[in-house]
Amino acid sequence: MTVLRTLLASLALLAAGIAVLAFATDGFRAYTTEAARRIGVREHPPAVPPLALQTASATRSGFGALRGRWLLVEFIYTRCTTYCSVQGGEFATLQRRLTGPIAAGNVVLLSVSFDPRDGPVELADYQRRFDNGGAGWIAARPVDHADRVALMHVFGVTAVPDGLDGFVHNAAINVVDPAGRLVAVFDWDDPLAAVRYVTRRLTP
Amino acid sequence: MKSTGHLCLAGAILWAALAVPLVRHALESTMTLQMLVQLPLLGLAGWLLAQATPARLRRVIAEWNHRGISGLLLASLTSMVWMLPRAMDAALDDPRVTLAKFLSVALLIGATIALSWPRMSFVVRGVFLVELTATCFRLGWLYLISPVRLCSNYLLDDQQRLGEYLLALGAAIALILAWKLMWGRIDTASTDREDSQSGQTNDGDTRHRLGPGEHSTLALDAESGLHGPRQRGLS
Repeated sequence: MTVLRTLLASLALLAAGIAVLAFATDGFRAYTTEAARRIGVREHPPAVPPLALQTASATRSGFGALRGRWLLVEFIYTRCTTYCSVQGGEFATLQRRLTGPIAAGNVVLLSVSFDPRDGPVELADYQRRFDNGGAGWIAARPVDHADRVALMHVFGVTAVPDGLDGFVHNAAINVVDPAGRLVAVFDWDDPLAAVRYVTRRLTP
Repeated sequence: MKSTGHLCLAGAILWAALAVPLVRHALESTMTLQMLVQLPLLGLAGWLLAQATPARLRRVIAEWNHRGISGLLLASLTSMVWMLPRAMDAALDDPRVTLAKFLSVALLIGATIALSWPRMSFVVRGVFLVELTATCFRLGWLYLISPVRLCSNYLLDDQQRLGEYLLALGAAIALILAWKLMWGRIDTASTDREDSQSGQTNDGDTRHRLGPGEHSTLALDAESGLHGPRQRGLS
């Protein structure tokens, strides 16, 4: 009797356990937060709130003002000396690759700093460092702390202090569609995937 | 009885202490502390709490937990959930997941092992410990060689340090296991207990427990199909 009951209990536990594991991994597809974020974005694109931004030229812009265009968004902090410095280079690449759509006003590149210490001056320096070709690349920062938190939440960005006065963060190229929804996330070192994604949707 | 009450109280205090925000944040500040200190202590709290399980409840659970098999399964499945990097991250970011962690690690792992371990046979205990060793090695190796951060909330060097510690822990468990196999106490009681007990009501019955160095001929064990001249216990 005990053996039979144990068998039944074990089978029930196994079924429940597999169900919980499936739920916790999006059907055994995502084992890390980053993978889950990308699946979530692809399947249920979150709306990006029309938050205001202050740009490198100290003017106002924002996700509301930029609606109607494809946005390629990266999160940065300007003092970064490790891989995010390559990230800036990748954005300069994007700028060259997307000259056409940028000139047509269909695409905007947006680097958003999550570091409260970054102001317009630092942002302008950052762009200059990466050979900003001029048009279509906005470097900006959220106007206050609440906006910064909201923005990082929507984009799923976690920045951990690295103990060396910098941050470690899940860098990526985020794609926001003209309707203001975050629709795709690409590896920061694969800008061409983002270029392909956007150009495919721009050319009918 | 008095001592089990004390143990239960100690478990409750430990559980509450781990939930104090200051302690929680300190233990969750690095991946290594969360995995090798916080989670084991939560399990310990549950194990202590379970010491005061009333005999009646113990018997009911035992009827569904032949040789601790269902308990082992429950504890293993629960640990699998908390081994997901995603779950470790979410426990930091989402209060509901934090609550689930505190409840499940203490009750579904710690308390469950406490109620199941004494019922487990030599073979089941061996499988459990070998699998624990293998898991430490697998996770440790993964953390050590992974070039990317698996948890968004933790740094890469933290992950690699945890990997080294897990390899060391796996080696330590393997050594203890080997030592037990070579020189451990010979104990058939744990295997016999449940079989002799099924149908009985009291777990305080007199049972044959062999002292160190004694040899026993294990009676033919019809229910489990385990036959053998002797078994060495891993208690």
